[in-house]
Amino acid sequence: MSVLVYIESENGAFKKAALEVASYGRAVANALNTNLNAVVFNTKDCTPLGTFGVDKVLSVNHSEQFNAKIYADILVQAAQKEQANVVVLSSSADSRYLAPMLSVGLDAGYVPNVVEIPKSTQPFVVKRSVFSNKAFCETEITTEVKVIGLSNNAFGLVEQSVSLEVESFSPSITSSEISVENVDKAANKVSIADAETVVSAGRGLKGPENWGMIEELADVLGAATACSKPVSDLGWRPHSEHVGQTGKPVASNLYIAIGISGAIQHLAGINSSKVKVVINTDPEAPFFKAADYGIVGDAFEVVPKLIEKLKTFKAQNS
Amino acid sequence: MKILVCISHVPDTTSKINFTNDNTAFDTSGVQFVINPNDEFGLTRAMWFKEKQNASVDVINVGGPETESTLRKALAIGADAAFRVNTPATDGYAVAKELSKVAKEGHYDLIIAGRESIDYNGGMVPGMMAAELGASFVNNCISLEIENNTATAVREIDGGKETLTSSLPLVIGGQKGLVEESDLKIPNMRGIMMARKKPLTVLEPSSQQTTSTTLKYEKPAPKGAIKMVEAENIDELIDLLHNEAKVI
Ligand SMILES: Cc1cc2nc3c(=O)[nH]c(=O)nc-3n(C[C@H](O)[C@H](O)[C@H](O)COP(=O)(O)OP(=O)(O)OC[C@H]3O[C@@H](n4cnc5c(N)ncnc54)[C@H](O)[C@@H]3O)c2cc1C
Ligand SMILES: Nc1ncnc2c1ncn2[C@@H]1O[C@H](COP(=O)(O)O)[C@@H](O)[C@H]1O
Repeated sequence: MSVLVYIESENGAFKKAALEVASYGRAVANALNTNLNAVVFNTKDCTPLGTFGVDKVLSVNHSEQFNAKIYADILVQAAQKEQANVVVLSSSADSRYLAPMLSVGLDAGYVPNVVEIPKSTQPFVVKRSVFSNKAFCETEITTEVKVIGLSNNAFGLVEQSVSLEVESFSPSITSSEISVENVDKAANKVSIADAETVVSAGRGLKGPENWGMIEELADVLGAATACSKPVSDLGWRPHSEHVGQTGKPVASNLYIAIGISGAIQHLAGINSSKVKVVINTDPEAPFFKAADYGIVGDAFEVVPKLIEKLKTFKAQNS
Repeated sequence: MKILVCISHVPDTTSKINFTNDNTAFDTSGVQFVINPNDEFGLTRAMWFKEKQNASVDVINVGGPETESTLRKALAIGADAAFRVNTPATDGYAVAKELSKVAKEGHYDLIIAGRESIDYNGGMVPGMMAAELGASFVNNCISLEIENNTATAVREIDGGKETLTSSLPLVIGGQKGLVEESDLKIPNMRGIMMARKKPLTVLEPSSQQTTSTTLKYEKPAPKGAIKMVEAENIDELIDLLHNEAKVI
């Protein structure tokens, strides 16, 4: 018996979501009174994982591009080797891509969007969000092996230092019919999935030419930029920025909505963000009912002021 | 080319979410059901392959008789034939197994599903089908071209996109981008009339094996009151975000 976590890194450093998965895995291992093992790809320094409760790292060297099928296969082999009965992954695009294949490989029940440690381990019951964060449900996983997809930012980072062992792991690599031709990723830009803060704007901004101040605000905050659906449908911003029930989910610590009315489909996607700030000229905009802090005001006046004040604040607090 | 489009039947995005039977069941009263938005993009892309590359397009749902109106809508949009596997869709893994069985028997080259259903947001059925079928899989698919048995697909990744090529058979988890919002097909009168004569075959499920059970539902805790800040008083907002919310 053991718990296994899949640890993602980027440019050799562990992603925050991965350390959160380790923290969560530790809590599950504690509940089951067992060990926590982690699979790590192409990473030299694994020490931070010991801080988040990982007993043993299975370190894989696989120089090729991420391939979900091959990675899922490697995780299946690692889970079998360690006799894992719970496998935990993050909600990143890559983790969500490979998790269903992993679960078939292990003949395991898979529950995504899990927001808490298991309610009980016998029976094995987890709480997950459903209906695009409009509700939660408790689900019992009835298979012997369980795969859990942890919601971003739901559990947080919890340190528990243990002595870490690193073992190199050489699984057999299967073939895949899929080949990666090209990866197009903006360097130095925070993605919505990884962002602690998201600055989002809607049709209230009037046109794409007005996004300069949104990008500047995001820049000052180290935030990702996002938008409402009509803004991406109109081609003002790329589709990848569309958040909401039919777009991307946002689970950041801070979500700033500028000139967005707060339609039910938009709110569904951002409800699990912790703190929401709204800037809107219309005091009746539905978003004010769903937010923590609000300013009734014109974005074209408020945002430049906010940028200026935040710059001063940052200068004083760094 | 034979295409199978998986259609999940979900509450309209404006639905109020309530539960009955002591919070153990979703309350469907007053709820409008629609084709899952991600599947609408996939279905429209399939129509493009039908028109431009002479593909045949079948649609399928795993669910009770109440989903047939949704399948008829897909037929009205232009699908050739529909299947319904007659069992409630309670477990993603079980649904994937039923769909895979039909896909295998029908020798489909391309299976289009959605990135996720907007009800349970599982994002599990297409990847599980691919694994069951031993087919290639592209998730979060935002563009798909097929030429001489080779697919070129674009997948959205966190912070960018990735272009992939694959042989067929292929399963995709599709989403907006496969076609533009403005190109989505809606049924016209002629389509609706024709759909009545198209075959909708009901199949019995092969197994009832499940991997999970939903025990009970819960609504999020009600939100606390909002704090309003004057537009002239940005310093106060910064102070609240720093000292009270501790997010900057
Ligand atoms: C099936 C379906 C799925 C959908 N999915 C999504 C989804 O996933 N995500 C999503 O976002 N939407 C979604 N929608 C659309 C949604 O219903 C709304 O239409 C949309 O969210 C509105 O976008 P908006 O707030 O940017 O624009 P509007 O509703 O036009 O609101 C603009 C706001 O800006 C304010 N404003 C105007 N000028 C200023 C100014 N100078 N300064 C400050 N504020 C100003 C206005 O008061 C107004 O509140 C979906 C709709 C459907 C039917
Ligand atoms: N009951 C079902 N019948 C047919 N297709 C389904 C069903 N459930 C899910 N799918 C397909 O799988 C996709 C992802 O669903 P899910 O894994 O439930 O989030 C959907 O967009 C559909 O294409």
